[in-house]
Amino acid sequence: MSHRYLPHTQADIDRMLRRCGVSRIEDLYSDVPEQLLFKGEYDIPSEMSERQVREFFNTLGDANRQLVCFAGNGFYDHDTPAAVSYVISRSEFLTAYTPYQPEISQGTLQYIFEYQTMMCRLTGMDVSNASMYDGTTATAEAMMMSVAHARKRNRVLVSATMRQGVTDVVATYARYHGVTVDIIPEKDGVTDADALAGMLAEGNVAGVIVAQRNRYGIIEDYTGFSEKCKGAKALFIMNCVASDLAVLKTPAEWGADVAVGDAQSLGIPLSYGGPYLGFMCCTNALIRKLPGRIVGKTVDNDGRRVFVLTLQAREQHIRREKATSNICSNQGLMALFVTVYMSLAGAEGLREINRQGEKGAHYLARQLTSTGKTTLTFPDKPFLNEFCITTTAPASEIITKALEQGILAGVALDEHRMTIAVTELQSKEDMDRLTEIVKAL
Amino acid sequence: MNREFYGKLIFELSKPGRRGFHVADNRLPEVDGAIPANLQREQPLQLPEVDEPTVVRHYTNMSNNNFGVDTGFYPLGSCTMKYNPKINEEVSSHHAFRNLHPDTPEMAVQGALKMYYELQRALSEIGGMAEFTLNPYAGAHGELTGLMVIRAYHAGRGDDARVKVIVPDSAHGTNPASAAVAGLDIVEVKSRPDGTVDVDDLRPLLDGTVAAVMMTNPNTLGIFEKNIPEIAKLVHDAGALLYYDGANLNPMLGVARPGDMGFDVMHINLHKTFSTPHGGGGPGAGPVGVRAGLEQYLPYPKVVKNADGTYSLVTDGESLGKISSHLGNFGVEMRALAYILSLGKENIGNVGPLATLGANYIKESLKDKYLLPIEGVCKHEFVFDGLIDKSTGVTTLNIAKRLLDYGYHAPTIYFPLLFHESLMIEPTETESVDTLDDFIEVMRKIADEAATDPEMVKSAPHNTPVSRPDDTEAALHPVVKYE
Repeated sequence: MSHRYLPHTQADIDRMLRRCGVSRIEDLYSDVPEQLLFKGEYDIPSEMSERQVREFFNTLGDANRQLVCFAGNGFYDHDTPAAVSYVISRSEFLTAYTPYQPEISQGTLQYIFEYQTMMCRLTGMDVSNASMYDGTTATAEAMMMSVAHARKRNRVLVSATMRQGVTDVVATYARYHGVTVDIIPEKDGVTDADALAGMLAEGNVAGVIVAQRNRYGIIEDYTGFSEKCKGAKALFIMNCVASDLAVLKTPAEWGADVAVGDAQSLGIPLSYGGPYLGFMCCTNALIRKLPGRIVGKTVDNDGRRVFVLTLQAREQHIRREKATSNICSNQGLMALFVTVYMSLAGAEGLREINRQGEKGAHYLARQLTSTGKTTLTFPDKPFLNEFCITTTAPASEIITKALEQGILAGVALDEHRMTIAVTELQSKEDMDRLTEIVKAL
Repeated sequence: MNREFYGKLIFELSKPGRRGFHVADNRLPEVDGAIPANLQREQPLQLPEVDEPTVVRHYTNMSNNNFGVDTGFYPLGSCTMKYNPKINEEVSSHHAFRNLHPDTPEMAVQGALKMYYELQRALSEIGGMAEFTLNPYAGAHGELTGLMVIRAYHAGRGDDARVKVIVPDSAHGTNPASAAVAGLDIVEVKSRPDGTVDVDDLRPLLDGTVAAVMMTNPNTLGIFEKNIPEIAKLVHDAGALLYYDGANLNPMLGVARPGDMGFDVMHINLHKTFSTPHGGGGPGAGPVGVRAGLEQYLPYPKVVKNADGTYSLVTDGESLGKISSHLGNFGVEMRALAYILSLGKENIGNVGPLATLGANYIKESLKDKYLLPIEGVCKHEFVFDGLIDKSTGVTTLNIAKRLLDYGYHAPTIYFPLLFHESLMIEPTETESVDTLDDFIEVMRKIADEAATDPEMVKSAPHNTPVSRPDDTEAALHPVVKYE
């Protein structure tokens, strides 16, 4: 029974069995009813050497196409500094559990405190938790938070300009949690403020969830939304793309009560959907309703500044069914990832990365519309590094043709509309190639 | 490591004008006024201004104030802190997966879809289930998803009277919390003196209002619920489903499958049983498996294998809905598949028995000093109720803190809630008998210290990067960011 992960020799096993007062390991399972015992081997592959494992994944990798990525839809192809990958691979961080023993977990606790600080500064909000799974589930948690805060009201409004993936997850949580989700209609690509006012007047609204940037890449003007929500005693919740907030008006500046979203845009590799990082920030007034872990500053016996998990009375291991959420493991290491990323880039670096994407997206939008084959779907609306085009040929045809040339052209929203995103990683040549493909249709 | 010198926050290392990362200019025309002024940030963004060497040194020194499985023995009960193989890390950062956008057309991600499918099949075989979804991000997320499957099942039968979940009093806190999030009421069932679920207490609770019974097997005391066939029958006769909390699956590898025990729905913590790193609290993964007849309720998207050997993403009309962005923590899933392939069918069956052997070895070696409330064989973990000699006033918390001085992580403490001084120990199969012997020696030494010098044990730790924090102050006056 020798294997590289299993240190036991037969002599070790014999000695351990003697201490346990049994002659065979099977005797330690004497309490398992005979009919439940699994006989034989699982129907899974045979043992592989390390080299074979590597080759197995190389072969799988060969079946994936490496593409120039103009897809966005909430997840963006950004560069990752080598120093970030290095720091998060340090096994003292990587192989640690939740920091339940603060005396030997100051590394984890301190980076969470740094992360919370940076997310508060990015969103402008008062408080951040230690992370959520992703932007979709963070938004669902915000939905439940608003209902817990409202006590009796159990209706939540979500803008039609929210990305479908987020709305779908919110709707799933809401259905089982006993919350009604109603969609605020859109008008010319943005949330219909008049419709919102009418829906709020109907009453019973616990929360209002909007997107900034929205599903078309549009930066919406949320003037007056906070006041409308306040008037109806509903929480105003904004779903944001983290990296945008280096340049855009912050959720706090819009008067949001809760800011949520995905922080994948802070350099986290696309990795076919995860691990990413959900963030969740709120005002001081809501701190005891905030789900998840929170790290706070205190002093140790010797008066040194130290960090601990705090306000745990909100959490599932203390309050069980009365907890604000069931979240336990979150995305700790990814919080370290974006903390190191933001440390390296700084505010100036984030602005620069935004500027490159913005320049690229506006250039590509001009080029694509100049082909006569596409138009900007909402030509009067502002966008940063992602935009929506209406296509004469089916959007799926553009995507298929571009794929043949090694380009992921964007994400189809429906038959004749697609979104396209540009970051610092795509070159002018890549954009010109995509333009040629569209022109040739 | 010298915390006196390296104890600063990254914000305290900032100097205006420093940068640790630059991107190349794409030399495209500047865009002026694309974003109107009233949509732009007003408050200047304050992030640290630091160079790369400073950042790397800062976080490297911080890591020295941390303790991971690679640092030392981590007998944290119910957390299965086994070794995290390095090849898993290597393959999970493979460039051919790292750059894949989740909205890439299926034909361009066949390798990724195959990865998902292969892991899904392997977990189904190991769990004795028909199908798994890998989409949930963590154990608690899996519990929630599993309960949604159960609700979708009852709704599909037109039975909307089932609003309760029964959980044992020894259950993990996430069980009742997940049930509450899923919109279900919680009923607790008592444990018997031997730590297993009291079937007589359970029987009258099972009526037409019960959607599911959630069990952990072996339970949080490390004891196998040997009445499980009877419990499964009672639950099924009452029209409810039986849910398996896979937090304690490790000792069952190669021994018994939840599906064969009569469970209908289960989750697995890949970051426990399947060796993916805990990352200081995530990212984990909480795949959910179901028995035949429940597959259609799993969340979408799912990956199917077509007759021609290709793979597709599908959405089932009866699916409970979407519970995550895409296919879960894909990078974590890759690590778990690498682990399964590394062990293979020849070795994976030894994991459970060796984990169980290690736990029993520690238990038998310490039960003359520590109070073993429930005699008999345990599985992968067991619980002491503090020291036998309570006269010294040394508590489980004191013992846990003293262990830190000796270079060990503490066991899980004050859980399960069945005893006042719970000290829950889980060694895992990747620890050698030498490590266990050293740990046993230290535990015995601490028991002796408690008798000879109790004040020293009560004031532990003495030897860690920082001493005991003032939790009360932290909660009373929360400071949750640097200002």
